Amino acid sequence: MQQEQYKNLEQQVTPPTPYLKNALKAFFVGGIICTIGHAITYFYIIFFDFTENTVGNPTVSTMIFLSMLLTGFGLYTKLGQFAGAGSAVPVTGFGNAVISAAIEHRTEGIVLGVGGNIFKLAGSVILFGVASAFFISLIKLILVTIGVVQW
Amino acid sequence: MVIVFQSKPSILANAVVAGPLEKKSVFYSYFDSVVEDERWNQKTNEQGHSKMIIEACEIITKKANINNLDVDYFLSGDLVNQMTPSNFAARELAISFIGLFSACATSVSSVIISSLLTELGASQYAIAGAASQHNAIERQFRYPIEYGGKKPATAQWTATAAGYVLVGKHNPEYPSVVAATVGKVVDYGDTNPFHMGGAMAPAAFDTIKAHLKKRNQKFQDYDLIMTGDLGKVGLKILQTMFAQSGIKPEELQLLRDAGAEFYGEDEAFLAGASGAGCSAAVYFSYIIQQLKTGRFKRVLLCATGALLSPLSFQQGESIPCTAHAIELTME
Amino acid sequence: MIFIDFLLAFVIGGIICLIGQLIMDYGKLTPGHTLSILVVAGAVLSGLGLYQPLIDLAGGGATIPITSFGHSLTQGAFAEAEKHGWVGVLTGMFEVTSSGISAAIVFGFIAAFIFKPKGKPN
Repeated sequence: MQQEQYKNLEQQVTPPTPYLKNALKAFFVGGIICTIGHAITYFYIIFFDFTENTVGNPTVSTMIFLSMLLTGFGLYTKLGQFAGAGSAVPVTGFGNAVISAAIEHRTEGIVLGVGGNIFKLAGSVILFGVASAFFISLIKLILVTIGVVQW
Repeated sequence: MVIVFQSKPSILANAVVAGPLEKKSVFYSYFDSVVEDERWNQKTNEQGHSKMIIEACEIITKKANINNLDVDYFLSGDLVNQMTPSNFAARELAISFIGLFSACATSVSSVIISSLLTELGASQYAIAGAASQHNAIERQFRYPIEYGGKKPATAQWTATAAGYVLVGKHNPEYPSVVAATVGKVVDYGDTNPFHMGGAMAPAAFDTIKAHLKKRNQKFQDYDLIMTGDLGKVGLKILQTMFAQSGIKPEELQLLRDAGAEFYGEDEAFLAGASGAGCSAAVYFSYIIQQLKTGRFKRVLLCATGALLSPLSFQQGESIPCTAHAIELTME
Repeated sequence: MIFIDFLLAFVIGGIICLIGQLIMDYGKLTPGHTLSILVVAGAVLSGLGLYQPLIDLAGGGATIPITSFGHSLTQGAFAEAEKHGWVGVLTGMFEVTSSGISAAIVFGFIAAFIFKPKGKPN
């Protein structure tokens, strides 16, 4: 049997990806997580002296704290299996990527294990976030310098 | 390559030790021992993995009423880097040891080599088998255990189990290894590590076909042909391949898969079980016992293995796969 | 009004996650690839001045998804570049504080001492 032939056969037999179901699950769970985050911003604005501009930091920290609890008690994997991107895209998913790696590599010690592997999964997000921010601000700076746009 | 064993080495004892989740397995009642803690009360998963292997070997020597000094060879493999759980178990057992890596097909490749050693007269008793521990394997091949990534329906659950057998000279009261096929490495270009069944099915097809051809047998000559850990989807692919090569539907009934059946219909385990311990646990508990009671007279066990590493996957290599088969009979 | 406010957070946040799921499924990408793409997308939208309006509109719906990480990094670099010019682009990158990263590190470190990976099926 040729490779092409086999690929066809395999594709026929393998159950198709449920695109719509996955997308809807991601939408609902992602939406709910963001709504919880939204509620937390109100909490910090009303009960503490945060403004709309500064409330991001405590909100994100709180969300990641919740993510730690869910990850530690083995619930985030269940959520992830159901929601897919719905639980991976919110900042709780970033927290889960960092925290799960930290927990996992504890057996290799604090330095080589936790320290060396904590960004194993989330590292690429940080890399691309920082690198793209760098190049975009460089481009903007050039545009400002030649007078095309303003800050 | 098909080997026919003239002396028909026998499987004189068998033992399967499994983890806590494996209580959900449909084969649970055939296992010798189940432990409540996945780490076997050790500090690390890998130590627990090793402990599980040692425990299975202890059960074997106890059953056969021999001690470690009577055993000439220990042939074992697992999926952890450099097979440290097997190596460390061998350190404790103090039996001459050859570590084997055929991924999840090690359960069978170890029996093939121990049968050869027995036939040669080089071995009186040899312990052969394979093991896998979910957490240790998953963290190495995929993601941290608590990472919330979504797995597709084709993904399989690495079983926590160790299955070992004691291979010795022919004894008509026990199941015998009459023939074996050492598989080639087959690669149809699959790259998805969450669809191992699809990558491995062609290897199983290749090996089973070669074995039947060389032995001049048909599907009906067997009570059962069981692959290792193709999973539900992989088994369907294999059945389709055989159907296309002219095997009739009623004959295809004889073709089963240990991984597909392992956790029953529980959807939490997606396409079923996988791992070196999966085929070892089913072959060396359920199958051996069915042979012993005479329910099965002749079976073909074809364990499949995906010969990838996390490195090769990240470098974009496809997944080469192999399958090894042994033919067991009961007189 | 408060209901509309929360509804917008739900819908916008949900849509960003939905886009992530589509990238993952149709592109056959790992979560790592998908999140990297979204972070870059967030940074680009931020550079074009489109992300801040989204936050004004949806609040948590735009700040909770990982895209906002790219946004806050970009805005941090912009602020420094505005003050210090060429040098600012570089130093801006190092001065940007992200509570997301530090929170994840701190809680990850703590969690490593408290929890053990369990490996139960879903």
